[in-house]
Amino acid sequence: MKRKLSFLSIPYVIWMALFVVAPIIMVVIYAFSTADGGFTLANFARMGTYTVVFTRSFKLALIATLICLVIGYPVSYLMSREGPRFQRIAMVLIMLPMWMNFLLRTYSWMALLENNGLLNQLFQNIGLIDLYNRIFGTNLTFFRMINTQGAVVLGMVYNYLPFMILPIYSVIVKLDHNLLEAARDLGANSFQVFRRVILPLSLPGVLSGITMVFVPSVSTFAISKMLGGGTELLLGDLIEQQFLGGAYNPQLGAAISLVMMVIVVICMWIMNRFGEGEEQAVMM
Amino acid sequence: MKKTVACAILMALFLTGCGGNSSPADDGSTGSGDGGGKRVVNVCSWGEYIDEDLIYQFEEETGIKVNYQTAESNEALYSLLKTGAGDYDVIVPSDYMIARLIEEDMLAELNYDNIPNYAKIDDQYKGLSYDPENRYTVPYTWGTLGIIYNSTMVDEEITSWDAMFDEKYAGQVLMIRNSRDALAAALLDLGYDINTTDEAQIREAYELLADAKEKGVYQAFVMDEIFGKMEGGNAAISMYYAGDYLTMLENNPDLKFVVPEEGSNWFVDAMCVLKSAQHKEEAEAWINFIAGTEANLANMDYIWYASPNAEALEQYPAYYEETYGEPLDEELYNIMAAPKDVLDRCTLYENLPAETLTLYNDLWTELGI
Repeated sequence: MKRKLSFLSIPYVIWMALFVVAPIIMVVIYAFSTADGGFTLANFARMGTYTVVFTRSFKLALIATLICLVIGYPVSYLMSREGPRFQRIAMVLIMLPMWMNFLLRTYSWMALLENNGLLNQLFQNIGLIDLYNRIFGTNLTFFRMINTQGAVVLGMVYNYLPFMILPIYSVIVKLDHNLLEAARDLGANSFQVFRRVILPLSLPGVLSGITMVFVPSVSTFAISKMLGGGTELLLGDLIEQQFLGGAYNPQLGAAISLVMMVIVVICMWIMNRFGEGEEQAVMM
Repeated sequence: MKKTVACAILMALFLTGCGGNSSPADDGSTGSGDGGGKRVVNVCSWGEYIDEDLIYQFEEETGIKVNYQTAESNEALYSLLKTGAGDYDVIVPSDYMIARLIEEDMLAELNYDNIPNYAKIDDQYKGLSYDPENRYTVPYTWGTLGIIYNSTMVDEEITSWDAMFDEKYAGQVLMIRNSRDALAAALLDLGYDINTTDEAQIREAYELLADAKEKGVYQAFVMDEIFGKMEGGNAAISMYYAGDYLTMLENNPDLKFVVPEEGSNWFVDAMCVLKSAQHKEEAEAWINFIAGTEANLANMDYIWYASPNAEALEQYPAYYEETYGEPLDEELYNIMAAPKDVLDRCTLYENLPAETLTLYNDLWTELGI
């Protein structure tokens, strides 16, 4: 039996070697090379300049992840307690936006959030902007929504929320109801049942949800470019610039990527320590 | 388990080894092998930069199949070529990038005997700084960089680059997300040459830009997002290329274009054949076809960029009138194909030395931090 299984895993191992391991090795090699192929640490010496970009990216990704968690957990929890029909419909509604291309979705947010965009026109027409001006004595003609960090976080939450809901939901929905009954039998009130039983048991789902939201958020460049206005660089932008910008410097780009990967891995490792003992708590 | 991991790493090492050593040699040696099969030409250009009917027309006339691909920018194209990912025959880079590619020995000399339509290209677009002896290029389009503004959102006529840095327009200005063009605007505003390699001047230009950013002049840094933002009246002032302005104008008649009085950049995009090209003959057939008057008229009508083909440039107003049943606005024609007095105050970009490019990149990153 075991032998058969390892035979079946060959395609995936090849896939991993080709498209996961080999690229990572190449990133490492590039990060430590000069343009002529010699060994250097100079690429890392420049990292200090980019501290602000690192902190900004991690901050925004962290905020987006927290918002996703705050929205996603209750949704998953409540959904899992409904009937199968409701669950199916809710699931389709959550997945529906993902059937559309990611860039298109983000592009639509541009049209919504623009200074003269749909939302501002709506606010204008229902008198919200006038009301605001009267209350605060300002003279606005629109609310500034696009080209702010808030818009970037919004874009991250909108695009990655399903990645938080799905793992949490799939863990909660499989919880053994006997455990909940046993907890109640032993005198726990519903808050205690949630706090002492459901929450710890759903932790693996939460952890993979956090990983699946945090990692793409921290490295995004399309969202920051389109919704953030490109005035404040994020890590993704910075890396892209090394490859597609005026000064072609893949070595520096690889070094930044490597540092980012290392920080992410450390974050994930620390986080998984919290879930220690939960064997399913996998790092994706 | 351990065994599979070891396997994977070994394999990966083997693969990266391959990638590093042998690819250039491979490219060279397989070149001549495929003469007997179907005739193909691989073209890489920019998005929305050709009347696609021309591709079918060429295929029908010659039986050569065209693989038409696009790159996002000169820099992206360069990156594709450097990594060996771009397996193209014909590319259409801009002037400064052509100079860089020639310098790095990546372009093949053309056999102009196979490109008789080259004779129709106006002398004005030959012998330019990027290819002074006319050995590598056939011009595709040309145009100017300028300020695009919404006349209902500003109460003066804009004529100077000052507008791109003026605090008066805080939050209303879109800066271009391209270090070369953005710094060119600042250099021109300060009265410097856009091809300067003087570090002090470049830094001064950067300060102008950074100061304006600090004061909140810029709503955003944009490339093609500019279309939606300007057409929708979301920003008052921006800078972009003349041909794209004409596209925006179709959707928002309040927009105006000006080549500022301090001067500007004018650019030429030209067709070149890569040294590694495997279909040189087909590539030259394609270039000859595109350089022809009819193809230039069709392209000019489709993408609104000016043609370097003297006949096409002259015939375009008549072609327009015949196609649309109304005369072409002379003002628009002059924006598309800038007249001599405007062109006289414009300069081509030259390829900058590596130190200056690095300086540009560092300053640009600093601006974003």
